[in-house]
Amino acid sequence: MYTVADLKKGLKIILDGDPYLVVAFDFVKPGKGQALYRTKMRNMINGTLLDRTYRSGESFEPASLEERSMEYLYKEGEHYTFMDQQTFEQVVMEEETLGDAKNYLLENLKVEVMLFGEKAIGISLPNFVNLRVTETEQWAKGDTSGNDSKPATVETGYVLRVPPFIEENELIVIDTRTGEYSTRVKG
Amino acid sequence: MKTDALWLRANVIKTVRDFFWERGFLEVETPLLIPANAPEEHINPIHTLPSWQLQTSPEICMKRLLGNGHRKLFQISHCWRSNERGSRHLSEFTMLEWYRAGSDYRVLMSDCEELLQSVAANCTPDRPRFVHNAATYNPFAPWHRLSVQEAFLRFGNTDVWECLRNGLYEEILTSAIEPAFAAFDAPVILMDYPAELAALARIKPDDQNVAERFELYVGGLELANGFSELTDPNEQRLRFEEANCARSRAGQRVLPLPEPFLRSLSALPPSAGIALGIDRLVMLTAGAAAIDEVVAFTPEEL
Repeated sequence: MYTVADLKKGLKIILDGDPYLVVAFDFVKPGKGQALYRTKMRNMINGTLLDRTYRSGESFEPASLEERSMEYLYKEGEHYTFMDQQTFEQVVMEEETLGDAKNYLLENLKVEVMLFGEKAIGISLPNFVNLRVTETEQWAKGDTSGNDSKPATVETGYVLRVPPFIEENELIVIDTRTGEYSTRVKG
Repeated sequence: MKTDALWLRANVIKTVRDFFWERGFLEVETPLLIPANAPEEHINPIHTLPSWQLQTSPEICMKRLLGNGHRKLFQISHCWRSNERGSRHLSEFTMLEWYRAGSDYRVLMSDCEELLQSVAANCTPDRPRFVHNAATYNPFAPWHRLSVQEAFLRFGNTDVWECLRNGLYEEILTSAIEPAFAAFDAPVILMDYPAELAALARIKPDDQNVAERFELYVGGLELANGFSELTDPNEQRLRFEEANCARSRAGQRVLPLPEPFLRSLSALPPSAGIALGIDRLVMLTAGAAAIDEVVAFTPEEL
């Protein structure tokens, strides 16, 4: 258990059953009065911010989180299944929990899955992923419209802007931190 | 490197020292390690030798000196309060205290005005203003004075005694009252505290519900706490014991009473004394957002 005196930025605690990350913390104590501990906490599952003020004497349960290397297997409806290649243990995540990460999930992609107890609450992707373009318009040579990019759909269904010279079936590199086109895969 | 902040800090301390020397105050050094502080409900001393403590304030020894016949005293010393660490708190910090025999808290308020004007004029010479949270405060503009009850009614829309009963006093003070003070362009004196919030202060003769205690704020930052001293040994002992009862109820260690101080109180003339946080004064002079910026090292850096 943590006490209020242990509170600091970066601490992970359990509130109402969810894991929270302390993102801001201050100790306030008006002249000779009782100390107050003001915190800002982020829900590690849905990202919402919470302001809470505590007094001395209160205690918290630490949230133990574990990151594990897993491989993305398949999607069924809104459920995405991942597997630990060592233990063959599988976890399922909802599309909503994955957020934008679902745009880059191709079968057998290696990701880090964040586990809160048995529950998968998020994944971290490699910074760059290679995905094949499945649909984009042909670039008309001599196009003078001045557009320096055009929409393209990749094999996960994700749509992004790519340079005009990219063609269907080409493999491109996408930066998962920004969601933007990075470069084409040569060869 | 903090070079600028450390020069500024040295200059503030020199200005404060000159200020009191010029006004005929005796600068004293009293022991930092003592057998007993004044017990308070919400202040935890750091215990050292089997039954001794680091001072949480030099008040006990300085008031004994007043009882010995000294009339005007000041001291700049380190104080320790266990488990106090935040953007405005350090467990070990630097405190200025000054005492006047034959005066009450109103004289201390005038001292505060002159002292802050002197620090602003000497330490921020090209712009005699204090800075907090990017706003400026002018100690040469007329200061604001209001009672604790006025402040709670005006800025908190609530009665301070009701807040005390409901345990909401600290919450309202820090979330509604102190932020409202940041909008004043000059320092603010918050005065006449409910009697239960003044462990060592004299009750106001014409209003038994409040004590002659005040706090000085600049930009919502609490800078000093002063009061007319309680000189009744029996009443003082009772308040110490009440503080210990409250500590006991809250699961805090019961503290020994400073017996020689209690014995000396009958010799204490009517007096007034005040404690001012030097680190926070340097923060205002430097426009620093956190106390970390104005000390040579924080505990985390040691």
